[in-house]
Amino acid sequence: MLKAFEDAVKEFGVENICKVARTGCIGTCSVGPAVLVDPGDYLYQCVTLENAREIVQKHIVLGEPVKRILYNNEGYFQKQQRLVLRNAGKIDPTRIQDYISVGGYFALAKCLATMTPQGVVDEITNSGLRGRGGAGFPVGQKWSLVARAHNTPKYIVANLDEGDPGVFANRTLAEADPHAIIEGMLIAGYAIGAQKGYIYIRSEYPLAIQTLQKAIAQAKDMNLLGDNILETQHKFDLELRFGAGAFVAGEETAILVSVEGRRAQPRPRPPYPANQGLWTKPTLIQNVESLANAPLIVLNGWAWFKSFGLPNCTGTKCFSLTGEINNPGLIEVPMGITLREIVYDIGGGISNGKKFKSVLVGGPSGGCLPEPLLEAPIDYDSLKKVGAIMGSGGIVVLNENSCMVDTARYFTDFCIEESCGKCTPCRAGLARVKEIFDRITTGEGELNDIDILEKASEYISNASLCGLGQTAPNPILTTLRYFREEYLEHIVDKKCRAGVCFKNEKAEE
Amino acid sequence: MTLNPMITLKIDGVQISVPEGTTILKAAKDNGILIPTLCDLEGLTPYGGCRLCLVEVTGSPKLFPACITPASPGMEVTTNSDRLKDYRRTAVQMLMAERVHICAVCVANDHCELQALANQLGVDHVALERNFTREQIDSSHDFLVIDRNRCILCTRCIRICDQIEGVHTLDLKLRSKNTEVIMDLDESWGNSCSCTSCRKCAKVCPVGAIYIEGEPITQTKNRDVAEFITARRNRK
Amino acid sequence: MSAKKTRVATVWLSGCSGCHMSFLDQDERLIELAKKIQIVHSPIADVKEFPENVDVTLIEGAVANEEQLEMLKKVRTRTRVLVSLGDCAVSGNVAALRNSWNNSDMAVLERAYKAPEDLQAAIPNMVPKLLIKARPLHEIVKVDFYIPGCPPSADLINYVLTELLSGRTPSMEGRAKYG
Repeated sequence: MLKAFEDAVKEFGVENICKVARTGCIGTCSVGPAVLVDPGDYLYQCVTLENAREIVQKHIVLGEPVKRILYNNEGYFQKQQRLVLRNAGKIDPTRIQDYISVGGYFALAKCLATMTPQGVVDEITNSGLRGRGGAGFPVGQKWSLVARAHNTPKYIVANLDEGDPGVFANRTLAEADPHAIIEGMLIAGYAIGAQKGYIYIRSEYPLAIQTLQKAIAQAKDMNLLGDNILETQHKFDLELRFGAGAFVAGEETAILVSVEGRRAQPRPRPPYPANQGLWTKPTLIQNVESLANAPLIVLNGWAWFKSFGLPNCTGTKCFSLTGEINNPGLIEVPMGITLREIVYDIGGGISNGKKFKSVLVGGPSGGCLPEPLLEAPIDYDSLKKVGAIMGSGGIVVLNENSCMVDTARYFTDFCIEESCGKCTPCRAGLARVKEIFDRITTGEGELNDIDILEKASEYISNASLCGLGQTAPNPILTTLRYFREEYLEHIVDKKCRAGVCFKNEKAEE
Repeated sequence: MTLNPMITLKIDGVQISVPEGTTILKAAKDNGILIPTLCDLEGLTPYGGCRLCLVEVTGSPKLFPACITPASPGMEVTTNSDRLKDYRRTAVQMLMAERVHICAVCVANDHCELQALANQLGVDHVALERNFTREQIDSSHDFLVIDRNRCILCTRCIRICDQIEGVHTLDLKLRSKNTEVIMDLDESWGNSCSCTSCRKCAKVCPVGAIYIEGEPITQTKNRDVAEFITARRNRK
Repeated sequence: MSAKKTRVATVWLSGCSGCHMSFLDQDERLIELAKKIQIVHSPIADVKEFPENVDVTLIEGAVANEEQLEMLKKVRTRTRVLVSLGDCAVSGNVAALRNSWNNSDMAVLERAYKAPEDLQAAIPNMVPKLLIKARPLHEIVKVDFYIPGCPPSADLINYVLTELLSGRTPSMEGRAKYG
């Protein structure tokens, strides 16, 4: 595709006014391959090799956009607010010059030249930025905890172990704008006094790894990493660490032992990583999305950042929008946007003219919300109230063909497989819960099972050691809360309204 | 050795003073309040896995593992509310349902901490469907035997092997319900070149998963061994 | 004696009868008990059909074959208070050890009747069909009380019966002892 465009540009002799570049993901997964023509943000969808010539000829040479294949879904971008993903699809991620040309590393320079470390921490604290890894802990508070810790050396671990199925926000960020992550880590390093950072990335992301490796090498070449950064005393070095495919390794204490090279198993807190993290030294663990926000805040000031989102939940959040929806893709929206806006305005409604049934917010351990809760605004507290979580930012839309009992069973299954096996509720409890689901979905369920499910789920979420177990029963609890009648139908009438369950039995007959 | 300053807290309404840094579990135990545990063993680093020692702390909606949470000044701890009892019963049921825990045919019958807890908590049946596993039984060692069907994955054996014996023959493999205790790089026990045959794993195993062939269980079990050795080592 | 006696039954499924032995081990306390209860069905009483309107039934043993399954369901419909007596009834116990094997019904039959070096090795066909898994009672019907133990001690059986007869709920804390 790249070559087709290059050839076309040569053919029409417009090399000097038009540059063809590879970029990261633009976020419109359903209409790829996509081509963006700047200036003017003209986005072409489902481009074929034959289209390349046509686009160059008509659009570049004659200045007439090819309307026929232009992306025609204005709503998709209208309601979005791209801060973290500002450069995704706009710059060549493999060229540090591209990043610098759009203002990259200016924030770092500003920090080093004009700000004290405490000043940076204050800036972040005032911005109200909260951790984007799911739990929403105030980022500024975390930074100042690590900054205040006495022990040295200090470390930063950037969490890029995006293990949720159907979630790809961090991956896109790393593939499309790796320097934003590196700059965020540099700023954090300056603020908290850390000179060593690790990016923990799952091995399943080869392109992101490649992109990051290239970016780190370029940053080293330009003396943005290493000793005497930008001719100051500041030092910072960066390494990649690869995950071995365990979902639980994204948990903040598990990631630490995994970086150290041991079995990724969470440990209880306290001690908190801010005091005793990597090799028992103070460690800042932050999701890459949070880190990528830092340069923006430093550059534009906390007041600017606060103008996005809600007063108590500022900024934007990336969501991976998937499921039975017209426009799946990676979106970034201001906090406080309602689910209805996401599903209908951005997502373009349910695909194939089906009826909406439920939306799962927060990945495999999120909550399944029904139609009336589409008015719920997206922020950490509101989501928690209705039984969902921000989590990794996965939104899966389900239509009438989905059985909610089966959906809960499916996601429970995922959490069972990914449990690290350390604590009783998550390891032994979830597995037993699954058996109850197996009974209900094969027609052997009893009314008593609902009580057992509810009791066990409550126990697992309250007694588990880490976030995995604590949130794993969310799909069960929310489906029991909002779709109880479906459970009753399965148990009493032995009927599945979506026609998903009881299939095995029929096959046997 | 400098003594930590004393702090005062309340456990089950009783005013208690302990040196700073003491865990809630230890503070309670030293004052005659017993909190049920399975994975914790004095002399080994706490693990926080079994979730039986969870306690409530006034002012927090969360539950805290007593084995690992340090007592802090002014803390009000409840160790025995109805909710906690209920949770403990659930935990014991989940453990009993997880693998094959049939006391009548178990070598550790009457000397099993899981069995004793079920008794103490009044777990008169397991509401969840019991799982009958067929995990590997390894009797290739001269006298040490591991029956993984009885293992509750408390990792006491792993910790004592690593921290007291200093060998680290034992460790875990896989995750979730497939988690297993293994020897070396998943060797059979008889082929393990690091095992010193010190028997400590069998001594501290809370259930009948690791035992010594041909030896009465009363003779094998000595769960104070870790505390004893640690205390002696610290005395120098 | 003016008050009507409580109608009590005992049933023996897949168990070793040890629980019944333990019941009899109540010794002289049985005489006290006999003043309040009437045994209307039991393996040690010659009653062919399980009677209607039973107040309390103690069941020993797991449910391992189709006959026992039918029996348990019948007992449940004819009993007010159902008590699982002993580990086999409570957890499956020894009878359920075979559950670790797939198709454990055939596995045990083949082991029992075919593995011995016998010229006439054959699985008999006049015995009730084994269930694929041996199950504790509460996985099949609603059970009201549980007396674990292999066997449960005579004291425990006596305690639970006494509490039930006087309308109280027995507390199993510190009493539920498996094995």
